Amino acid sequence: MTGSSGDRRDKAGAKRVQFSSPFLPYLFLAPQLAIIFIFFYWPSAQAIQSSFYLEDPFGFGSTFVGMSNYADVLRSNEYLGIARFTAIFTVLVTFFALSIGLLLAVKADGVIRGNSGYKTLLIWVYAIAPPVAGLIGMMFFDQHIGPIVKLAAWFGLDIKVGLDYFDTAFAMIVVSVWKQIPYNFIFFLSGLQGIPVSVREAAALDCRSGTRRFWTVVLPLLAPTAFFLLIINVTYALFDTFGVIDVMVKDKAANNPITLVYKVYMDGFRGNDLGGSSAQSVILMVVVFVLTIFQFRFIERRVHYN
Amino acid sequence: MHRTKILDHVILLIGVFIMVAPVVVAFMTSTHEAADIHSNGLSLTWGGHFAETYETVLTRAGGFTGKITGFNMMLNSMILGLGFAAGKIVLSMLAAYAIVYFRFPLATVAFWIIFTTLLLPLEVRILPSYEVMNALKLTNTYTGLIVPLLASATGTFYFRQFFKSVPDELLEAARIDGAGPFKFFIDVLVPLSRTMMAAIFIIMFVYGWNQYLWPTLMTTDEGFFTLVRGIKQILLVWVGSNIPDYNEAFALAILAMLPPVMIVVIFQRWFIKGLTESDK
Repeated sequence: MTGSSGDRRDKAGAKRVQFSSPFLPYLFLAPQLAIIFIFFYWPSAQAIQSSFYLEDPFGFGSTFVGMSNYADVLRSNEYLGIARFTAIFTVLVTFFALSIGLLLAVKADGVIRGNSGYKTLLIWVYAIAPPVAGLIGMMFFDQHIGPIVKLAAWFGLDIKVGLDYFDTAFAMIVVSVWKQIPYNFIFFLSGLQGIPVSVREAAALDCRSGTRRFWTVVLPLLAPTAFFLLIINVTYALFDTFGVIDVMVKDKAANNPITLVYKVYMDGFRGNDLGGSSAQSVILMVVVFVLTIFQFRFIERRVHYN
Repeated sequence: MHRTKILDHVILLIGVFIMVAPVVVAFMTSTHEAADIHSNGLSLTWGGHFAETYETVLTRAGGFTGKITGFNMMLNSMILGLGFAAGKIVLSMLAAYAIVYFRFPLATVAFWIIFTTLLLPLEVRILPSYEVMNALKLTNTYTGLIVPLLASATGTFYFRQFFKSVPDELLEAARIDGAGPFKFFIDVLVPLSRTMMAAIFIIMFVYGWNQYLWPTLMTTDEGFFTLVRGIKQILLVWVGSNIPDYNEAFALAILAMLPPVMIVVIFQRWFIKGLTESDK
């Protein structure tokens, strides 16, 4: 990092030497700013605005209703049920994706030989789009041809994805975790390989037990990576799993588990409930906003460590 | 010591199996005939119908209007992936250049206007974004498919971090040589950023190719469907028939994952560099 004096200009990324020109910087910024204003600020403002209005279903104007869209949303049992599922889903996906990613990274880091082979074999699933992963998941959980269904039948379990709420949730979580493991693996592995050899040697001398060394030396050193990944994984579980869910519920959202983002989509595009959908959008905005502020503060603090 | 090493390999191999097997099975199954899959389930063996299935999927006009083929969808995905990646790099390099290398009154304001976009993903404002697209008459266009996705600061953030790590002496030297802002950008900064650009291009291409929600909203005209967006349609058709075309569904899934997966495998080093170095 260039000079960490921490003043405002430094945060904006200033150099010691700079060009000064009355209009050039604005010219360079113009395309990015134009797109951001039209496709970010305008719709965001509109989401906030229409969350206070009740849209006439036939398109004849709208009435200001204050906070009543929010009240309706937050009082609805259906919404609260979906919020609860989203929370459970997010916790489970994040936990399993992080811990399996970490386990594999620690093992790959320990095995010097074959490391790059394992790396290649483990990371490419990252590039598969969530709905494609969802489609493959559907097939593996298919009533007729799915090997997982057959395997479960061996143990006397009857898995009915798409029909049974719990089974569908289970399949969604499995597919979402599967898709996210490579991402966590890459970051944990680079984090591990960034630990200096001298630190490793000192740790090996101090602490003979590999497991204890992991918990007391390695894990604390990985904490910044883990924290960063925690935020990324929560965001992934909240938003990027949309494709997995959309493919798996097959347009029968009513008796299937869905997340809050899916509900925004359903109410806005299927139910034509503009106000309600917008209010939900704003609620989600606040959630993500808080999460990201948290992350920014943390990253900022870490930059000072360097 | 030795035993733990073996155990490590066992754990890694189980991990590799879990990650790789589903895709291998998907591919192998796609080479079987639909009726065969229907009666025998998924398969780990070669079915021998590779050419027919993939040819059908790529060339047969399908969908409700009968004008989209797998090949068209692949082309659309390519346009989205490449257009998005290229647009992202151009926009964000220019913006980062202005922020890092220029002294101007509104620098801090511009910085915050751009970086606020990192706080909110597109998914939380899909409905109003769609309405904006409608107002601008951009639905069912490539512009509408690509440009709104560019409204986030990820790329700018990457390039800003990178430019900040470029030694100040380079600019001093260039200025002594009499280089202006354009010359410095094109002759010094762009060549220096080549690896960074490649890394970001790869990440952004994969991101663009894999888009789902936005293309689903934006494109109702099947002529604009991408492969990933087409997945839902595949499933809807597939659910309806007596003997579902599992083979074709799998073949399309394989085609939809092939380009991004190949890019990640081939350019692994750059991909990982871009992911890990820029995000922190």
